[in-house]
Amino acid sequence: MDEILEILEKNGRAGAEDIAKMLKKKPKDIKEAIKKYEKEGVILKYKAVINKDLIKDTDSSVRALIEVNITPQKDVGFDKVAERIYSFPEVSSCYLVSGTYDLLLIVEGKDLHTVSRFIAEKLAPLENVKGTITHFLLKKYKEDGVILKHKEENKRIAISY
Amino acid sequence: MLISKKVEKMQPSGIRAFFDLVLGMKEVISLGVGEPDFVTPWQIREAGIYSLEEGFTSYTSNKGLYKLRLTISRYLKNRYGLEYCPDEEILITVGVSEGFDLSLRTIINPGDKILIPSPSYVSYGPLTELAGGIPIYIDTQDEGFKLTPKALEKYIDKKTKALILNYPTNPTGVSYTKRELGGIKQVLLKHKLLCISDEIYGDLTYDFEHTPFATLSGAKENTIYLNGFSKSYAMTGWRVGFVCGPKEIIAAMTKIHQYTIMCVSITSQMAACEALQTGRKSVEEMKREYKRRREFICEGLNKLDLECIKPDGAFYVFASIKKTGLDCLNFAQKLLKEQKVAVVPGTAFGREFNDYIRISYASSLDNLKEALLRMEDFLKNNRRR
Repeated sequence: MDEILEILEKNGRAGAEDIAKMLKKKPKDIKEAIKKYEKEGVILKYKAVINKDLIKDTDSSVRALIEVNITPQKDVGFDKVAERIYSFPEVSSCYLVSGTYDLLLIVEGKDLHTVSRFIAEKLAPLENVKGTITHFLLKKYKEDGVILKHKEENKRIAISY
Repeated sequence: MLISKKVEKMQPSGIRAFFDLVLGMKEVISLGVGEPDFVTPWQIREAGIYSLEEGFTSYTSNKGLYKLRLTISRYLKNRYGLEYCPDEEILITVGVSEGFDLSLRTIINPGDKILIPSPSYVSYGPLTELAGGIPIYIDTQDEGFKLTPKALEKYIDKKTKALILNYPTNPTGVSYTKRELGGIKQVLLKHKLLCISDEIYGDLTYDFEHTPFATLSGAKENTIYLNGFSKSYAMTGWRVGFVCGPKEIIAAMTKIHQYTIMCVSITSQMAACEALQTGRKSVEEMKREYKRRREFICEGLNKLDLECIKPDGAFYVFASIKKTGLDCLNFAQKLLKEQKVAVVPGTAFGREFNDYIRISYASSLDNLKEALLRMEDFLKNNRRR
């Protein structure tokens, strides 16, 4: 992977100037490369990783993993059904997986009731959905490579040879 | 008198008081640290934990776990084509520090001279003296901090026993290409001198391949090769290193080692095994990160007009503060008090280096950025009158 991407994947706020210094390139070239990645869709967007456990009111304090069994459709297979499902704003992630079920969803809502209602009223009744199994998340330890803990203090002694 | 004359004669580090000052202060951005800012990669830590769970809490053989010696032997063969027999030519030590001390105690007869290119790591001189030798420093300042065959030749006399090489070098980050090493080797072979080669930063060489001294043709029989896990695998606190060399030397070193150390902690040895077996990817990742920081800090220092030679490896820059008119201790103390940035005064690495400071870039980019800003302020406020 290009080092520009390696840097941005760790720190989306790294500026072109700093990246240029680190890679010993011109800021202009870095800006262009980033623009190209954005245009090609390699870089889709920049966002902050937020530890929602620390926020009191949020619209997504309850999350559920949902296994969904669906009937594939002619010509388009699973894609069309998947699209109908992932288009709901409550669905934050949607994956097609191998194994005993087809789609794995992550659904978010402000409380248990909201999430359950979404499943019962929106998801389960869909024509091609054969069945669902819901797992409510109890605790998040790590997400997208980030361990959700307060920053650890520096354990090194401040000066040494 | 309670203390032996030899030890009493040893100079305590002149900057001890400065170190205490740093350690007593809070919220300092420290660019004075001689170790990685990464934690040991998890799978290595896990191997240590697992070994404890499994009850591996005993001594190992004096030379170290056979499995670790075998893994090291295979690793050196694969990576550098360097062949050392795990039975007779490898000894596991408490970091390179112990390996280094053993090397000196094993080879020095009273009055033997040991050549040390300077600036150099802090322990080389004092340990040479403790072992009964005479350290002879070769100032490399005018040669871009590199030892040249010519300079080396000039310092050799009948009492010279060995040369200590450390590359990439702490504190300058300077390293040697295969060709440059070849020149040094020629001189050593001509005078039948030993080379004690401390290559602890070898894995952190950024612009060219690291060449172990022992791989140079004809050099292996006269080389004590020191390496370890501290820097490349971010394992400083585990204290595990190794020495490779001719079997007579390793056997002699093992004699001292068995009486003083017995063996390295078994937990650390097992973790080190894991490091060699699965840690390469982490090393490469860390190396890329250091390289980026190197570019960043060198650019920043140049802008501040603190001249430095771009380091080839390790994670240090030895920057000149000559233009500020301050001596290094003064500079470091003021920078600490006024801007809360810690660096190591150059004199720690040799008396002559009063115009230098060592800056470690084993620190996050945010820290480096902030430190550079603070240094900029500092230099503005302390402009030479």
